[in-house]
Amino acid sequence: MAAPDLDSLSKTPFFDRHVEAGARIVDFGGWAMPVQYEGILAEHHRVRTGVGLFDVSHMGEFFVEGAGAEAFLQRMTTNDVTALADGQAQYTVALYEHGGIVDDLLIYRRGEGRYLVCVNAACIDKDWDWFSSHHDEAADGCTLENASTSWAQLAIQGRHAEALLQKLTDADLSAVAYYRFTEDVLAGVDCIIARTGYTGEDGFELFFDASHADAMWAAVFGAGEEFDLQPIGLGARDTLRLESKYCLYGNDITDETTPLEGRLTWIVKLDASDFIGKEALLTQKEQGVPRRLVGFELQGRGIARHGYPVLLDGEVVGEVTSGAHSPSLSKAIGLCYLPKGSTKVGTEFAIQIRKKTVPAVVVKTPFYKRDY
Amino acid sequence: MSQIPADLLYTSDHEWVRVADGVATVGITHHAQDQLGDIVFCGDAPDEGDKVEKGDVVAVVESVKANSDIYSPVDGKIAAVNEALEEEPELVNSSPYENGWIVKVKLSDDDTSDLLNAEQYEALVENES
Repeated sequence: MAAPDLDSLSKTPFFDRHVEAGARIVDFGGWAMPVQYEGILAEHHRVRTGVGLFDVSHMGEFFVEGAGAEAFLQRMTTNDVTALADGQAQYTVALYEHGGIVDDLLIYRRGEGRYLVCVNAACIDKDWDWFSSHHDEAADGCTLENASTSWAQLAIQGRHAEALLQKLTDADLSAVAYYRFTEDVLAGVDCIIARTGYTGEDGFELFFDASHADAMWAAVFGAGEEFDLQPIGLGARDTLRLESKYCLYGNDITDETTPLEGRLTWIVKLDASDFIGKEALLTQKEQGVPRRLVGFELQGRGIARHGYPVLLDGEVVGEVTSGAHSPSLSKAIGLCYLPKGSTKVGTEFAIQIRKKTVPAVVVKTPFYKRDY
Repeated sequence: MSQIPADLLYTSDHEWVRVADGVATVGITHHAQDQLGDIVFCGDAPDEGDKVEKGDVVAVVESVKANSDIYSPVDGKIAAVNEALEEEPELVNSSPYENGWIVKVKLSDDDTSDLLNAEQYEALVENES
């Protein structure tokens, strides 16, 4: 477990704060990121019961602006961009022509013809190439800007997030509904304040100019003192998102899986206008979706991890796409693809864990739902 | 450094060994549990009485993020497996040298000269970090 070579890695504007806070730093897709501070279990429970802060500045931000922005994004993504109101965010995916997923994205409509697209850190370059190669400023009537390096992003997640952040802004955060956002001054800094997240808890994500990173960190932790706010690493981010069955791009959904297979049908609007990959999805729908992503619980001892073989009636039919010990449920849970006809809740199958075949069962997801 | 008890023997894989009356008690060191993080599973041990050779896997310890094979540092037969870890694997974190022991091996050969002493192990840990 050698320490990563930090010099070769990208760093967010909060890197020094993580080191000061005692983080264990790892190489996450080319980024030097905190995997844990006090420990993954403690950090996980802290977010579930109180509030925690995540540095998500490694995520990418693209701005799409102009009269043709809506039509451009409608063509590039599967969800219906025209359904967005000002101040609303939308989960969506961009597809290749063959229906495989380029990336999963959040699109924020800031106003008429003004959109922010938030992309995964490890996909910034790939997504930028993909969007650029399909973009013609004159023909599309919109500009495309990659602002990933100049923007910082913090996620404040947990039941106390609203009360904490309300101390720092005059904007009425109680009026910001789930998947809505407002643009206002918070801690003296112009921010996009979005009620979104990747934990299954209530919470906010703040986008702001990276030059304000130090001031923002200090202000948020100052306001967070009474809530015992602590920074949370990527380790707990992964267990929190898995319990909530949020897909991780590169694991649960990839360029080899379609959103129909990944059970993301709710963000695929085949009746709306054309988008790249639509033909492939229509064909797959007609022929029958061959496999679907399911959630499972392990019934024997052990932990099913990413890459472990999945067996149905003794045959290997795939592998675990995400798997972990669930700190909230104290069970081994995971996601995997199962073939058509074998994806119902209650279906029994097995996971190969080293030399043992351990029984597993398809369960309802999300594994965890907040109770407030 | 009190995290490396002077009276134990060690391996370069970060296991510790306490030999008494021809039985080696084996666990993982404070450093190893700290590197692994919160341990949530310990299992896959051979059955009592099974023969093991130096280098055989005698358990798997899994933290939230990683898993780690535990190797037998000695030749012998499995004398006991710490069943408390089935319900409380976190004992490996909270008490790596006492309640968090993993297996006991009845030695078939008392020669432990290839194991590290505390001083040698401490140098190895410092070298790695």
